[in-house]
Amino acid sequence: MAIIERPATETLAPAETDTGDVVTATSSYGYLKRPVESTGWRSWVFTVDHKKIGIMYGVVAMFFFVVGGLEAVLIRLQLAQPDGTVLSADKYNQMFTMHATTMVFLFVMPMAAAFANYMIPLQIGARDVAFPRMNALSLWLFVGGGIFLNSSWFLGGAADGGWFMYAPNSDVPFSPTNGVDFWALGLQITGIASLVGAVNLIVTVLNMRAPGMSLMKMPIFSWMALVTQFLLLFAMPVITVALFLLMFQRSFDATFFTVEEGADPLLWQHLFWIFGHPEVYIIVLPSFGILSEVLPVFSKKPLFGYPFVVFSGAAIGFVGWGVWAHHMFASGLGPVSVAVFSVATMAIAVPTGVKIINWTLTMWGGKLRFTTAMLFGIGLVVQFTIGGLSGVTHSVAPSDTQQTDTYYIVAHFHYVLFGGAVLGLFAGLYYWWPKVFGKCLNETWGKWNFWLMIIGMNLTFGPQHIIGLQGQPRRMYVWTEARAGEGFFNLGFWNLVSTIGTFILAVGVLLFLINALVIHRRQPAAPLDPWDARSLEWLTTSPPKPHNFDRTPTVHALDEVFHRKYEDIGEGDDHEYVKRATLEELVEEEERNADAHIHLPAPSYWPLILAIAIPVMAYGIIYTTWLIAIGAAIAILALFGWALEPADAEDSDFDPPASGDETSKELVNV
Amino acid sequence: MSDVVKETVSDAVDIVKDHADDVHEHDVHAGDEGHDEHGAAHPTSLGLSNVKLAMWLFLGSECLLFGGLISTYMLYRNRHSEDVGPDQLWDIPFTSASSFVLLMSSLTMVLAVSAVNRKDQRNTKLWMIVTALLGGLFLAGQIYEFTTFYREGLGYTESLFASAFYTLTGFHGVHVAVGIIMLLATMAMIAKNKIAMSKQPETVEMVGLYWHFVDVVWIIIFTLVYLIPA
Repeated sequence: MAIIERPATETLAPAETDTGDVVTATSSYGYLKRPVESTGWRSWVFTVDHKKIGIMYGVVAMFFFVVGGLEAVLIRLQLAQPDGTVLSADKYNQMFTMHATTMVFLFVMPMAAAFANYMIPLQIGARDVAFPRMNALSLWLFVGGGIFLNSSWFLGGAADGGWFMYAPNSDVPFSPTNGVDFWALGLQITGIASLVGAVNLIVTVLNMRAPGMSLMKMPIFSWMALVTQFLLLFAMPVITVALFLLMFQRSFDATFFTVEEGADPLLWQHLFWIFGHPEVYIIVLPSFGILSEVLPVFSKKPLFGYPFVVFSGAAIGFVGWGVWAHHMFASGLGPVSVAVFSVATMAIAVPTGVKIINWTLTMWGGKLRFTTAMLFGIGLVVQFTIGGLSGVTHSVAPSDTQQTDTYYIVAHFHYVLFGGAVLGLFAGLYYWWPKVFGKCLNETWGKWNFWLMIIGMNLTFGPQHIIGLQGQPRRMYVWTEARAGEGFFNLGFWNLVSTIGTFILAVGVLLFLINALVIHRRQPAAPLDPWDARSLEWLTTSPPKPHNFDRTPTVHALDEVFHRKYEDIGEGDDHEYVKRATLEELVEEEERNADAHIHLPAPSYWPLILAIAIPVMAYGIIYTTWLIAIGAAIAILALFGWALEPADAEDSDFDPPASGDETSKELVNV
Repeated sequence: MSDVVKETVSDAVDIVKDHADDVHEHDVHAGDEGHDEHGAAHPTSLGLSNVKLAMWLFLGSECLLFGGLISTYMLYRNRHSEDVGPDQLWDIPFTSASSFVLLMSSLTMVLAVSAVNRKDQRNTKLWMIVTALLGGLFLAGQIYEFTTFYREGLGYTESLFASAFYTLTGFHGVHVAVGIIMLLATMAMIAKNKIAMSKQPETVEMVGLYWHFVDVVWIIIFTLVYLIPA
């Protein structure tokens, strides 16, 4: 797959010849010949190309979005009528647990990872990520973890303890099926994927920026993704500890959560929420980054207060570590803790508010173009602000004590997660679709998609504020007519509205899928610069070539591509920009000056093999010991194969070019 | 042997001095500006190799892993039965000796890194083996200790203290074991010339970083678990 410079003559003498030994690392790295296909399914499953990996992340995440959405529809059908009979109490518990787990860990996080994988190297002017094989490992561990987690549906029932799985409620006596075991091990696997991805992407952003791209000239999405990866880096090990304790408790009869022995039920809550609160910023910050890319482009203005957006993002990253106990106000922490966390929670609204102001002022006075991406962006600003305001009502501890475990909480976090994270991801899909696939999504379908989703989400989650304040608890599988209340606040009416809203929302998502899978095929090829974009990822063909940039770009300014396209003819502080070049011309120029030596990392079997071994071990922990041994053996084999395999393909891995041209950069398929 | 040590120490000083120039080529050529006409320019934006940065990030993440485990232990360390607690179990002289063994392995690890920087393959391999042996001795001590505690009535499921103690020290032991595997594997790869000469210093240094981290964690565990009375 890779385009690799073929040295005309064998001049690659070993750099060090002190000992006279010729290094033979390349000639034997196991029993497998390296995969080198550039077409067909092999070119995808063994790829280490960050673009293909990004697309696969997105496709799989979208699949899990549909799965999680169907679970949500079942939940709402159950609650549409009093004493619903769609689901049993047990199935209902599994449904809401898996809905949340799927949406958080298998949709929003990997979808953000899809954008980060695809866009970060392009935005910083790199040819790939720092560790391409580790990138492939992240993808396949996420896929493996997601399949493992969902296989519990067919193996005796899924986890049923709610997405934060409070122990001891998730211990064997209260949850005797294997569901929680699958949950703990499945999240452990996707956790490894996140951790590997975090290390990889942080190194990429810090170390592989194009010449001239200082951190403060970096596109804002890469910045927000960087903050996200740091949060992942430090948050994942904490949930890892919690999941290990839970696994040891359930599988090996440890006593961490055995209250009779004197265990502290708050241990799990603290560990989970020390992870869990940074997690909500892990979910939402990538969307903030996408929004901060979309708004300037469609307002034809630079991002208002770029440094403020950067530093408020970093501030969210820091303060996000000091507010976890606001999830535990009702657990009796004591007045001092509650007061401290209450104030910290109010404080974290400030950097978020800074961002909202920046976005608003970016649009202020701009030449707004209401494309679908822009509509999703504006939708995010509005809906997230509503969710943020209800969030501030939680930070007031006495008020929160009333709201805890009611539908009001459900309403709040869906406004920030759906209204914040998911709308941002859709803005990114519409904005970057022509970059990734060379064709725009259909705008008419896109606008229907947007309006149905916005109306649907407000009808679904808006009424849940009322339902919650009326006292309907979350996670109850039925509500009764007898306590539904009268008049405007009647629970029955608003529950029905909420369920109808869910279906409108589902139709909106369906329109997106049709747009992406069917209508998209009939779309004409998009111009190179459909949106008059500003950042570096547009300085290449659409879709980008395997090596991203023909010439490693040298960066002079924030919004590099904009400044290459436009010249400032204003005087002093008066800026007046006139177009001096189109993107087509700029890309042609890059092609004329293409680098002669481009080395790309070569595909590898080992990431996939290692990623398969780990779920096998996880099944072994649940079922039989010998499966652990088999999985471990495969894993060790894969680790050593990986270590012995050079990152770059050797000449001998490829057949000679058919043309016989020794200097040809195009390699043949094998 | 003392000559070797002297040489090593003076070399180590030089290494620290020259560290700014000590830039290794990184794993992959993608996005690598090392091929431009300036050739010798820093291949990475920070001037720190990708592998080293990644290792530091990973160790940063590990801090929180042990942070969580240590917190769990500190929460539960007093929750045990009257007759099977730290007072009855701890054998401070023994654990001090095994801690000393582990700390000495950090010294031998430094000697290995120094040797590989001198391109002295013989001493690199020697010191890596010694490091692995010392690590193995520490692990043997831990296994002995666990067996003794078990015989004295501290099963894994015995009390909150027992679960937390075995989990914390067990996780550390697994880290030491992984370190030993890394040491031996790296040593074998160097012996078999599977690692390019130019990459050997960095590879050994990465194993060293991990090894020192595991040692530092043990210092914290030894202090909090064994030395500070509950």
